[in-house]
Amino acid sequence: MQRRTFLKTATVGAATLAFPSIVRAQGGDTIKIGFPGPTTGPFGALAKDQQQGAIVAVEEINAKGGVLGRKLEVLFRDDELKPAVGAQRTKELIENEKCEFIVGGLAAHVQMAINEQTKAAKKLFISVSQSDEITAKPDLGPLTFHEALNPTITSRAVGSWISQNLGKKWWILYADYAWGKQNTAVLSEGLKKQGGTLLGSTPYPLGNPEFSAHLPRIIDAKPEVLVTMTPGADNIAFLKQAISFGMKKQMKIAQPLHWLPQLKQGGPDLYSDIYAGISFTWQLEDSIPEAKNYVQLYRKKYNEPPGDYGAYAYSAIHEVARGITLAKAVNSDAVASALLANPTYNHYKGKQWWRTCDHKAFQDLWIVKGRERAKMKGDWDFLDVVQKVAASESLDRTCGEKGVA
Amino acid sequence: MFDVSAAALAAQLFTGLVLGMIFVLLAIGLSLIFGLMTVVNFAHGSFYMLGAYFGFVLLGLSGSFWVALAFAPLAVGVFGLLVERFLIRPLYGRNPDDPLLLTFGLSLVLVESARVIWGKIGLTLDPPAALAGAVNLGFTWFPTYRLFVIAVTIVVVVALWVFLKRTNVGLVIRAGSRDPLMVAALGVDLRRIWMLVFGIGSALAGLAGILAGPMRGAYAEMGVTMIIESFVVVVVGGMGSLLGAVVAGLLIGEVVSLTTFFAPKLSDIAVFGVMALVLLLRPSGLFGEAGLME
Repeated sequence: MQRRTFLKTATVGAATLAFPSIVRAQGGDTIKIGFPGPTTGPFGALAKDQQQGAIVAVEEINAKGGVLGRKLEVLFRDDELKPAVGAQRTKELIENEKCEFIVGGLAAHVQMAINEQTKAAKKLFISVSQSDEITAKPDLGPLTFHEALNPTITSRAVGSWISQNLGKKWWILYADYAWGKQNTAVLSEGLKKQGGTLLGSTPYPLGNPEFSAHLPRIIDAKPEVLVTMTPGADNIAFLKQAISFGMKKQMKIAQPLHWLPQLKQGGPDLYSDIYAGISFTWQLEDSIPEAKNYVQLYRKKYNEPPGDYGAYAYSAIHEVARGITLAKAVNSDAVASALLANPTYNHYKGKQWWRTCDHKAFQDLWIVKGRERAKMKGDWDFLDVVQKVAASESLDRTCGEKGVA
Repeated sequence: MFDVSAAALAAQLFTGLVLGMIFVLLAIGLSLIFGLMTVVNFAHGSFYMLGAYFGFVLLGLSGSFWVALAFAPLAVGVFGLLVERFLIRPLYGRNPDDPLLLTFGLSLVLVESARVIWGKIGLTLDPPAALAGAVNLGFTWFPTYRLFVIAVTIVVVVALWVFLKRTNVGLVIRAGSRDPLMVAALGVDLRRIWMLVFGIGSALAGLAGILAGPMRGAYAEMGVTMIIESFVVVVVGGMGSLLGAVVAGLLIGEVVSLTTFFAPKLSDIAVFGVMALVLLLRPSGLFGEAGLME
C-alpha cells in the first residue's frame, strides 16, 4: 500500500470511528436529539444508564411510528465530565449535527456549560441530573428544563425523614464541592428546624479514597446518625472503611441518594441498613404500571434493571416527543411553550409536572434502605422501599427565592 | 475544635500510621529507582493500581487472599522488568526528561487499559476472614486488617534493608547508585542490576496496591493522586534515600491524619506545606545527599 493511499484510508477510518453517527444519520429525515454525558470517568456507569434509558425511549417511540411521522434519533457525545468539553460537544451537536433538542448532562458544573450553549443557540435543553442553579437566576433560560431532582428537594425530603425516624444528633461528612456543600447546607438548615443537633461536619476532597483519618473523631462524638455525601467511587471506599471501624453498629448511616451502579458494585454487605433517598428504583414495577412498562423494556434490551439516572433520561426523551406532538412542530420554542401549557405528564413513576415559573419537574421520591443479602430476591434486589415522599413544590425553593418569579 | 479525647487522638495517630505505611512502600520503590537510575518513574502510581487489580484477578482465580498477596506484587514486578527492558533501556544516556515523559505516557496508557479491561466502575476486594473485624487496642477498636498492613510493611522494609546491606547484590546496588562508571569498570553488568531494581521497585508499588485494595477498593484512577503524594514523600525524605522514604512516609501519613482531625479543609494542602518547609530548610530533603540531582 502506498503511503498516500494508506493515509487516506486511515483518515476515513478514523473519522468513521470518531463520528459513527454522522455516517448513520445520512440515511433518513430523522428528528435529532443531542445527548452529551460523561461516558468516560468516575460517573461513567451513571452516564451509561442514562444512554440506555434514552435508547429505550427512542426505540419505544419509533416502534409506535415515531413523532409526526418521523423517527427520533439520539446522538451521544462524551463530555468527559469537563465543562469546556461539554460546551464544545453541545455546540457541535447543534451546529454540525443540526440537533434541535439537547437532553443530558451529569454533574452540575457540566450542565451549566451545556446550558450556556443551548441558551445562546436558542435550543430546548432538558437537564437530567441534579442541580439547584439550573432552575434559578441567572442560569435558567426560556428553553431550559430540569427533569431530575435537585439537592434542595432531595436533602429536605431525606433530611426531615431521617431526623423524624433515625435520630436528631447528626454528624455530616461531605465531599468538598458544589453538590456536597449544597446538600450539607440544606440538611443542616432542615435539622435545625426539626430541633436537632449537628455535632460536627467534616469536608473531604472529592475522589479521595481514604477516609480512616476522619473516622476516630466521628466515633468519639457518638452521633445517632452519620449523614454522608460521598458520590461515585468514594461511596464504596467510605462504607468499607466505616464498617471496618465498626461504625455501622454504633450509629445509623444515611446519604441523600443511593445509586444502582454503586449498589451493584458494593453489594449488600456494604449497603445493608444504609438509608437514602432515590428518584426511582425498579422494584416500583410492582406498584406502578408505568414503571413496569419501563423496567420491562429496559430489561428486555439490556438484561438488567434500570437505575434512577437512566429513568430521568427515559422520561426526558419522552417529554421532547410529547412536546413535538403537542406543538405539531419540530421547533424548540414551540415545544417549550407546548410543555408549559400542558405541564402534567407521567412516563415512568406516576404523575409529574413542570412548574411554569422555573421549568422544574416535580415528582415523587422514595426513602429506601439497603437490604440484607439473605432477603434479596435475585442479583439486583438491593433496596427496601421504606416510604414514599409525595411530589410537592414546597420541597423546593420558591420561584421568588430563586429570582425567577 | 480542640475538645477531643485522648483516646480519639491516639486512634487518630494509629490511622495516620497505616496511611504512612502505604506511602512508605510506594516511596521506597520510587526512591530506589531514582537513586540508582535517576529515572523519575511517573508510572509508579499505575503499578500501584495494577497491584490491586492483579490481586483481584488472582483472588478470583485462586480463591485465596494469601495467594493474591504473594503473587500480585510478583506479577507487577515482572511487568516492571519488562517495562525497564523494552521501554526505558533504549532511553539511557539521553536527556533525563525522556524516561519521565515515557513513564508519564505509560501511566496514561495503563489507566485507560484498566478502564477497558476491568471497567470504569471500581471493584471491591475483601480482606480474608481471619483479618476481618476489629481488635480492641484499649483506647479504640481498630480494624484487624489495618494492623496487618502495618506488620507486612515492617517485615518488607526490614527484609529490603537486610538485602541491601548484607548481600552481594545489595552491595552492587549501593555501589551502583554511588558511582555507576566505577562499578561498570569493575566488570559488573549494571544493566541487569537496573532491571532488577526497577522490578523490585515495581513489586513494592504492586504490594502497596494489593494491601490498599481491601481498604479502598480497586479502580483505574487510584494511582493518580497517590503518585503525587508519594513524590512529596520522596522529596521530603530526600531523593534516593531509603531511610528518608521511611521517615517521610510516616511523617506525611501523620500530617494527613492530624490535619484531617483538626482542620479537614487543609488536609489536601498540608502535605505540600510540609514539603515547602522542608525544601526551604533542607533543599535536598531530610536525608538526601546534596548533588544527586545535578
